[in-house]
Amino acid sequence: MRLYNLFKIATKAIVLNKTRTLLTMLGIIIGVASVIAMLAIGEGSKESIRTTISAMGSNMITIRPGADDRGPARGSGGDVQTLTLADYQEIKEQTDLLSYITPVVNGGGQVINGSNNWPSTIYGVNPEYLNIKVVGLQSGSMFTDAEVKSASKVALIGQTVVDNVFPDGQEPVGQMIRFDNIPFKVIGVLEEKGENTFGQDQDDVVIAPFTTVQKRILAIDYLNQIMASAISEDDAPEAVEQVTAILREQHKLMDSEEDDFTVRSMEELISTFSSTSEMLTVLLVAVASISLLIGGIGIMNIMYVSVKERTKEIGLRMAVGGKGSDILMQFLIEAILISITGGVLGVILGLGATVFIEKFLNWPTSVALYSIVISFAVCAITGIFFGWYPARKASALDPITALRYE
Amino acid sequence: MSKEIIKIEDLKREFTMGTETVHALRGISFSIKEGEFVTIMGSSGSGKSTMLNILGCLDQPTSGTYEIDGVSVKDLSRNELATIRNEKIGFIFQSYNLLARTSAIENVELPLLYNSKVSTEERRKRAINALEMVGLGERLHHTPSQLSGGQQQRVAIARSLVNNPVMILADEATGNLDTRTSYEIMSLFQELNKKGITITFVTHEPDIATFSSRTIVLKDGEIMQDYQNQNVQSAAKELAKLPKQDD
Repeated sequence: MRLYNLFKIATKAIVLNKTRTLLTMLGIIIGVASVIAMLAIGEGSKESIRTTISAMGSNMITIRPGADDRGPARGSGGDVQTLTLADYQEIKEQTDLLSYITPVVNGGGQVINGSNNWPSTIYGVNPEYLNIKVVGLQSGSMFTDAEVKSASKVALIGQTVVDNVFPDGQEPVGQMIRFDNIPFKVIGVLEEKGENTFGQDQDDVVIAPFTTVQKRILAIDYLNQIMASAISEDDAPEAVEQVTAILREQHKLMDSEEDDFTVRSMEELISTFSSTSEMLTVLLVAVASISLLIGGIGIMNIMYVSVKERTKEIGLRMAVGGKGSDILMQFLIEAILISITGGVLGVILGLGATVFIEKFLNWPTSVALYSIVISFAVCAITGIFFGWYPARKASALDPITALRYE
Repeated sequence: MSKEIIKIEDLKREFTMGTETVHALRGISFSIKEGEFVTIMGSSGSGKSTMLNILGCLDQPTSGTYEIDGVSVKDLSRNELATIRNEKIGFIFQSYNLLARTSAIENVELPLLYNSKVSTEERRKRAINALEMVGLGERLHHTPSQLSGGQQQRVAIARSLVNNPVMILADEATGNLDTRTSYEIMSLFQELNKKGITITFVTHEPDIATFSSRTIVLKDGEIMQDYQNQNVQSAAKELAKLPKQDD
């Protein structure tokens, strides 16, 4: 009952000072809105990285030559020639945790069809590649193991290549193209995958038997990498260990020697990128929190002014029987109401901003429920924290002095 | 014999100003009975304001006793004093002290907001009653800025009545009003007094004292005079004697 009355008194004071209250709220509104929008951006980018990587095959395992090159100042793994076809065969024979495996050789070159040409990358693989990369075909078919064995000059091309070397809308399957002057027969077109999170066009590729690419185009006897697929996502970490053990054995590495290859699962890649975007989120939230803090200080400031301005009113309230605790609650409720109303408006504005960012800037966003709950809680706490001191000051006033205050 | 509302014995109040001690009240004794209309007079520095603060339970005596309605005030805490003010005293100030931009009825309801024993309906009913008593039944929803000085003081009087206090304590309640309006207010006080309400009126204007039944004159913190007024003037009659206003 008493609390309800105090609540009414506080609401009245807020309503009587609409403009000032709104301006005070502005700090909180902007603070909360930015926390929500920033978290939505952070969460969104994290989620999109995860989806892209999963789309690439979440149980994919890549084996590259050379030591782990994630650290600074290492040579690029591509230049190292420690991975061979024998390694591929050894892994294939010994492992029981991989469902698919393919050697990969790749090189850049010019795709030519008559007067049209286009710079692209050719990947020499075996038929299992499509299963590993989880990519289907728009038309035509994949080459066979027999065609790999015979190093046939057949190729599949991605949509970007189709668009650029068959600009007239010709059906590519069955046509002849040249890659670095080697003629290939197009036997299929890959399903469109678009850009991945890292901005790489996944459709700008030519796929051919690895034997053909290795011998006729690159003229090398080593592999650029080996790609494989674990039986399931859960098996991936164990598969990584198994492959590492097989390759160490195969490369006759002593215990003291470092790996001369790198085995990485997608899971690792996901966590690497996630941690980057998490860091970004933390930074964004830190900036937003500062504006929330400033909003809180704004409330404290205005509550001080309000207490000073209403000294005589406080004196009167005390004279007619208001206790110190009544006055304290009145001002505290006022501060909390301002901050929570600001919080509600901030959440609405934040959600609006998120929709705007998603629609007009095309950034991936995802509003996490916890961000709303947290900003709300922070608002209430801000109100209590910054409202407390001015309210205390009001409640400690001497009624005689307050009544005489002009 | 009617009961004593106020009982004061050898009351002293001292203030320490730096190293000096100011004796604002130097041992005062008097009592006020139910239904009395007392004016406390004195020039500035006489201890009048200090007396008012103590009577209103806004301040406590340094020594001596002060009992209001049987409750000794001396050792009460801040909160207990607030409750006494809320239930036993009705304040009227020189500058009305109404809440701005707040309707008459809400201003009158104010003391009851701090009394959890009074329900919302009861509060509203009592506020309307009080405003009708002071002749403002038609102006319940006017804000102070829409009311004249006299009307604002009437709202303040209604506010002092709303909690059914044992005593109304007025501090220079006519100080901001012209002669005519102050006679109107005094006549309202006399009416209320006739209904049995105890009134203590602190003032420095001698003609106000002629409307009360008893006058206590303070000087330098002591009682100089305390006399029953044998010839109480009627404020209503004095009002009728004033020259008619043009408007």
